[in-house]
Amino acid sequence: MFIINCPYCGERDQTEFSSGGEAHIVRPKQPTELSDDEWAEFLFMRKNIKGIQFERWNHSHGCRKWFNVVRDTSNDKIHAVYKMGEKPPINK
Amino acid sequence: MKNKYSIFSLIKNALSGHENWQRAWRDPEPKKEYDAIIVGGGGHGLATAYYLAKKHKMTNIAVVEKGWIGGGNTGRNTTIIRSNYLWDASAGLYDHALKIWEGLSQELNYNVMFSQRGVMNLAHNLQDVRDLKRRTHANRLNGIDAVWLNTGEVKKFCPIINTSQDIRYPVLGGTLQKRAGTARHDAVAWGYARGADQLGVDIIQNCEVKGIKRDGDQVIGIETSKGYIKSKKIGVVAAGHSSVIANMAGLKLPLESKPLQALVSEPVKPIIDTVVMSNAVHAYVSQSDKGELVIGAGTDSYVSYTQKGSHNIVEETLRAILELYPIFSRMKMLRQWGGIVDICPDASPIISKTQVKGLYFNCGWGTGGFKATPGSGDLFAHTIANDEPHKLNAAFNINRFVSGNLVDEHGAAAVAH
Repeated sequence: MFIINCPYCGERDQTEFSSGGEAHIVRPKQPTELSDDEWAEFLFMRKNIKGIQFERWNHSHGCRKWFNVVRDTSNDKIHAVYKMGEKPPINK
Repeated sequence: MKNKYSIFSLIKNALSGHENWQRAWRDPEPKKEYDAIIVGGGGHGLATAYYLAKKHKMTNIAVVEKGWIGGGNTGRNTTIIRSNYLWDASAGLYDHALKIWEGLSQELNYNVMFSQRGVMNLAHNLQDVRDLKRRTHANRLNGIDAVWLNTGEVKKFCPIINTSQDIRYPVLGGTLQKRAGTARHDAVAWGYARGADQLGVDIIQNCEVKGIKRDGDQVIGIETSKGYIKSKKIGVVAAGHSSVIANMAGLKLPLESKPLQALVSEPVKPIIDTVVMSNAVHAYVSQSDKGELVIGAGTDSYVSYTQKGSHNIVEETLRAILELYPIFSRMKMLRQWGGIVDICPDASPIISKTQVKGLYFNCGWGTGGFKATPGSGDLFAHTIANDEPHKLNAAFNINRFVSGNLVDEHGAAAVAH
C-alpha cells in the first residue's frame, strides 16, 4: 500500500488506482503478420522485474486517466510519474 | 532408513530426556559438480529432489536454497489441499497430488498431519450456483469426489455459517470435496528434506543463485553465493522469484509476481472442523490444530516482491468473514503476512522444459501451489530425469502460451485468484 501522485489529481491512496501492468509494450502495428511466437511475446510474456519497473496505472476511482509510473517492486517506492506519450524521466 | 521414527524411538528418546534426537538432514558444502541441481528449497523443490533420488535413482544431486528450507511460500500458505478443478488436465494434476498426500506420512516416515476434513466452496449468486454445479459434474466425470449442498446442507455441515437470506451475499449452496483438507506445511518441507537427504541429496541452505551459465543452448552450471557449481540439468522451482532466475538465463516467462496475504487469529477451542472457501466474497477459513483460525486473503493487483501486501485486501477479506461468521466478531488477529506468488495468465502452473537444453522450470502455481506439492515434485522429477514431460504435466508446458492451448482455471478453479 502506497501513495501515488496522479499527474492530473495529485497525491491519492493507491486503493483509488488500478494497476495496468508493464508499460511500453507496443501494440503490434500489423497484427495479421504476427507469428504465434510474436503474439505470445506481446500477450503473455512479462519482464516481471524485481527492482525498477516501468508500469501503467489508471486512476479508476478518480479522473479515470491512464499514466505511467516508475516503481521499485522490491520496496514499492515510486521514483517517477509521467503522462502517457511522455518520455520516461528515468532511463529505461 | 536410519533414524526411523517410531513409537520405540519416541519412548527411547523420552527416557533420555529428548536430548539424543539426531539432526534430520545434513548441512553439506556444495560439491564441484552434480548430475542435477534444484534451485529452490521449498516443498516443491525438496519433493522434486526426493522423487529424483527415489524413483529415478539420481542421487548425485543438490537442492540450493537462498534462505532456509520451507521459509518461503511453503511456510506462508494456508495449507489447503483439494483437487476439485474444472478442466481435465488440472483434475489429473491435482488429484495425482491428492492421491500421494493420502499415503505421504507413511512413505516419508514423517507426520505431515494430513487431515481430510473436507473443503466446502460456497455459492453466493446464481452464476456461482451454475458454475459450482457444473464443476461438481466435471469433477465426478474425472473420478473426483464432489457433491452439491443446498443452503440447509451447508448449515448442517458447518453450523457457524450465517445462512440468513438477508445478508449482502447470501449462501445459496456450496460444493463439498470430502477427500480434501489440510496438512502441516512445515512438516511437508521437513519430511521431504529428511527423505531426500537420506537418499544422498545435498541440501544447501543460505546459497543464493546469482547467475545461470549457458554454453550456447545448453545450461552448464550456476553461480551462487557459495561459488560456481557445475551441472547439465537445472530445475528451477523458485515460486515468486521464478522470473528473476529466468532473466539470469536470458528467458522471459508469462508470469506476474504479487503479494498474497494470510492471517491467523488467537487460538480458541475447536469451532470449525472443515475448510470453507468463498469465491465471490473472497474469504476462506479453517482452524489449525493449535486452535488458530487460518484466514486467506487475496492478492494485490500490482507486481510487488515486498512480502507484505496491502491493508485494504485484509480489510475486504475480514469484512466477508464477519458477515459469514458473526461468531468471530470479537476474535483478535495475531499475525498477518504475505508471500510472493507467481501467477500465470491462465492461473495454471508451468512444469516444463525450456528452449535452453537442461534448464527446466516448475512455476506459475500462483495462489494455490501447496496442495500440489507431492504431485508437482513427482512430475517435475520425471520431466527432469527423462527430459520429457509425464503425460499428467504435458499440458502444462510453456509452449501453451504460443499454441494457445491454455488451461484456463481463472474462476473455474473454485477460488478467485
